[in-house]
Amino acid sequence: MPRGEVIVNKELCKECSLCVVACPHGVLGIGKTINSKGYHSVEAVAPEKCTGCTLCAVMCPDVVLTIKRKSPERK
Amino acid sequence: MKTVFQKPEAMTDVPMHYCPGCTHGIIHRLVAEAIDSLGIREQTIGVASVGCSVFAYDYFNCDMQQAAHGRAPAVATGIKRVRPEAMVFTYQGDGDLASIGMAEIVHAAARGENITVVFVNNAIYGMTSGQMAPTSLLGQKTATSPRGRTVEEMGYPIKMCELLATLDGPAYLSRVSTHDSRHVLQAGKAIKKAFEMQQQKKGFAMVEVLSTCSVNWGMTPANALKWMAENMVPYYPLGVYRDVTAKEGN
Repeated sequence: MPRGEVIVNKELCKECSLCVVACPHGVLGIGKTINSKGYHSVEAVAPEKCTGCTLCAVMCPDVVLTIKRKSPERK
Repeated sequence: MKTVFQKPEAMTDVPMHYCPGCTHGIIHRLVAEAIDSLGIREQTIGVASVGCSVFAYDYFNCDMQQAAHGRAPAVATGIKRVRPEAMVFTYQGDGDLASIGMAEIVHAAARGENITVVFVNNAIYGMTSGQMAPTSLLGQKTATSPRGRTVEEMGYPIKMCELLATLDGPAYLSRVSTHDSRHVLQAGKAIKKAFEMQQQKKGFAMVEVLSTCSVNWGMTPANALKWMAENMVPYYPLGVYRDVTAKEGN
């Protein structure tokens, strides 16, 4: 079971790939589906590696990502 | 599993019009998070500027006002003096604040108006498609400096934090960056601190946030972050330029 889960709101994604660069575990990648704006939305290509560190969401300019984590929030 | 990151309450569900990878979105979220964490959404009034951030009033879930180009600090001054219990912030770009609005920001700072200013510096005029801004770096190629900015023709870039730090009015001046997640988290803390300064009635607080404009810089969003870290951060050193609470030992 992965420690974290990343939920992508695909309609808001603009394919800037800042989250892909920010993720230290290579969880995210540019997907193959196109949203209504014409962008290839990101998706979790390796969801089992997610630790819920939120670094991807911190860099996302369009607040596309929601992050869930198993362990309690680190301070 | 527990949700550890989601859209802040102080942001609306309106999709943002910014270009892919524009750090305006990150900075909007940081402001919204600061508003949420201080629990001041119901009493906050934001003043949007002119530039790419002109539609900021659609994206913040609090009362908003749109100011004429560069006049956001003057409008914020009026709102704050009439409604001193309100938390008033302006959200301005470098074309708005450092160019046409230079007089307003300098005088608001000199008066020590109790407002919070979020200044987004991306070293170019974004909305009008990439002309040279007062903050464009030396050698930077823009639509109006196609061979690069030179001192002889265009003078030096303006460092707003350093300039305002010569005045006695400001209570808090800080420059932060958004080029990686660590710096984004630091930027969030600085913006929150600028709101706290207003809450404590310390006076004028400004956070300068270094930002990218990947489309007008002609780069991918990821490369634009790298260019900012390598070129902008050395010219615009990050740090706190004024903090009156530090003197008091708090």
